[in-house]
Amino acid sequence: MFSKRCICRIISTSRLGSQNKRWHSNHARPIAQSTIDEEEREKFQKLSHTWWNETGEFQALHALNALRVPWITNSLVEKQDQPPPLHTKPLLGLQILDAGSGGGILSEPLARLGANMIGVDMVEDNIRVAQTHLEEDPSICGSVKYIQATVEDLVETNEDAFDAVVASEVVEHVSNIDTFLTSCCKIIKPGGSIFLTTINKTALSYTTGVLAAEYLLRLVPIGTHDWEKFISPEDLQFLLDKCGFSTTLIHGMMYNPLTRRWSWISNSSVNYGLHAVKLHPQTSETSSKENSTDSVERSD
Amino acid sequence: MACNLLRHCKLCNLSTRIVNSLTSRNLHSSSNEKADIVISGGGMVGTAMACALGHTDFLQDKKIILLESAPEKKDFKLSERYSNRTCAISPATVGLFQNIGAWDEILQMRCQPVKRMQVWESCSDSVITFNDEELMNDLAYIVENDVILEAIRRQLSSLSDRVEVRYQTSAKSYIIPGSTPGHDNVDQNTWVTIETDKGQKIQTKLLIGADGMNSAVRKAGKFHVFQQDYKQQAVVATLEVSGTSDNSVAWQRFLPTGPIAMLPLSSNYSCLIWTTSPTKAKYLKDLQDDNFVDAVNDAFWHERDKDSTVMSISQKYQELLNYVFSDNQVVRQLPPTVVGVDPGSRASFPLSLNHSSNYVKPRVALIGDAAHRLHPLAGQGVNLGFGDVSCLSQVLNEAVQSGSDVGSLYYLSKYETERQRAVLPVVMTIHGLHHLYNTDFSPVVLLRSLGLQSTNALQFVKNKIIQQASS
Repeated sequence: MFSKRCICRIISTSRLGSQNKRWHSNHARPIAQSTIDEEEREKFQKLSHTWWNETGEFQALHALNALRVPWITNSLVEKQDQPPPLHTKPLLGLQILDAGSGGGILSEPLARLGANMIGVDMVEDNIRVAQTHLEEDPSICGSVKYIQATVEDLVETNEDAFDAVVASEVVEHVSNIDTFLTSCCKIIKPGGSIFLTTINKTALSYTTGVLAAEYLLRLVPIGTHDWEKFISPEDLQFLLDKCGFSTTLIHGMMYNPLTRRWSWISNSSVNYGLHAVKLHPQTSETSSKENSTDSVERSD
Repeated sequence: MACNLLRHCKLCNLSTRIVNSLTSRNLHSSSNEKADIVISGGGMVGTAMACALGHTDFLQDKKIILLESAPEKKDFKLSERYSNRTCAISPATVGLFQNIGAWDEILQMRCQPVKRMQVWESCSDSVITFNDEELMNDLAYIVENDVILEAIRRQLSSLSDRVEVRYQTSAKSYIIPGSTPGHDNVDQNTWVTIETDKGQKIQTKLLIGADGMNSAVRKAGKFHVFQQDYKQQAVVATLEVSGTSDNSVAWQRFLPTGPIAMLPLSSNYSCLIWTTSPTKAKYLKDLQDDNFVDAVNDAFWHERDKDSTVMSISQKYQELLNYVFSDNQVVRQLPPTVVGVDPGSRASFPLSLNHSSNYVKPRVALIGDAAHRLHPLAGQGVNLGFGDVSCLSQVLNEAVQSGSDVGSLYYLSKYETERQRAVLPVVMTIHGLHHLYNTDFSPVVLLRSLGLQSTNALQFVKNKIIQQASS
């Protein structure tokens, strides 16, 4: 219902492009064929110094860690054959990409649990904030690397390199989700995971996620979200299937502004989380023939 | 690690440039020692906190330091004479001690179970008794403070790989971002800096203040505190009582000047806690031993304050209660006679109510008397402190399990909410009881007598009270 990550816009010939009013076709840049949306970047630069204030603008994002960190950890640990050798570091040895890392709010806890993190973000200020904060904690300093880049930039040199990619509160700010997901697919190992948290495109998400959150309750600054960019879990799942993923979980989430805590709910009309696994090459050929798009809903 | 992955990536150079251009903040100089958790204050609650953290599973690779100003007691010998400072330990606290392995140590030294409690007053005949129905479970345990501290310290010394204890070290100053003058505008997420009296500087993610009712941590963090001086002193002493076969009853009599209580220590000895005015307290301390004994006996037995109007009304009311609750008759026991007092065991300390409006701030948490200090009339003070220890160690375990920073306000505020929900009702009840019994004004005496008699007749209410006090 908020989220302050900036992800680059990709010039594309996507099917969404013509409907996207933010598409700047005459701003082609040589690096990774991407454009930085100026409006989007400016709005986050103002906020970068308040990233780590737990009671400030990013309160809900900090609170979301209580939901997404255990979810990511448990999902990745379950997939392992053996229990982790050090139970205080369940993610030891895993390579994880935090797409749209912002101030590093999600990267640091995952690093504390043992993961090797790479955080990418388009806004240099965010990378700066994240790196400065990282250096304050010597125990995780060597486990996290922040790079000012896009996911697409990493595709050339990091094919099949990551055990997991986390795109939390990101896809609602991307102009071409298709390209984004395809790039994610290329950099994830076969059998690896992608974790997404985003906002559904419904009337309810407009009233609560945009109107109420931005104008009434002031949980996020006005203009943070563009309802046009929200995506339903069904559409997201379809795109993931096309890219070679198999969705294993879709679950709704809800933020209670009174208690300032998140909880898992069965209704995914507003916020939801999605976990998908990259199929192995042989399996993906078989499954595309069978056209299986069943999602398994599990309530945790 | 991450570097190997990107050794062929041209973006590596870009990120290196960014890293080199960043400047560290002033407070994070590499010469300072870094810790995860520092506990300031090694009293019963602070040491118990250190021990509980040492036993907490997920904190095993965290650096935990306990700062205690007193020297280490290498050779503790259980003295024959009982100490005059004791606590009434609730079953919930016993649970905590069992978890940290200190309960067996205490049992090996000494403690006295309380099977029954009798509370009455001097202005009327109303009385209330608490006991477990079959006298099987103990209501509380009376243990000397020294015994508790020694038992916990022994356990702590076996955890030396998990918790570092620095004796004869106290904090000279704290720099708490956002609170300390000169650091008001610093981001509150910056670590806390502690300067010890030995000149060491420690930077920590979480500072736990366990430094008692005049907590320096609380002052440094600019916590708002509600304080009320009760204008009373508690006189403590070790009494020798007439030999009873089973000294397992705790006695408390409310006098208009304050309650007098006798807690069993052994079959022949009991501990006295007499709350009274400062002048009376001084007078009692200056008395000769045998005169003091007479004064104590007089306080438990005299009938001078009895209000006859109230007595007759309450008698009629009691007859009514006996008729309605015919199976629950009032059983009034007589307290043992005091025959002597341990020479040199008399002391007194002032009483006040201190309650901090907040127990936590980013990177700071208060536990024990630093957060809340109450009137001793219900023996709840230290148990609330140990309750803080259990709660905070559970919350920190949860925080670390989610990869969170231990000083994160998200989890600390969970601790604060849970503890305030437990502590505030107790503080208000005890404060209320103090005011209720602090007078000999007839209507108030009548009200409280009838109220006490009614409560005494309702077993399920008494069970609820015991349950509440034991948790």
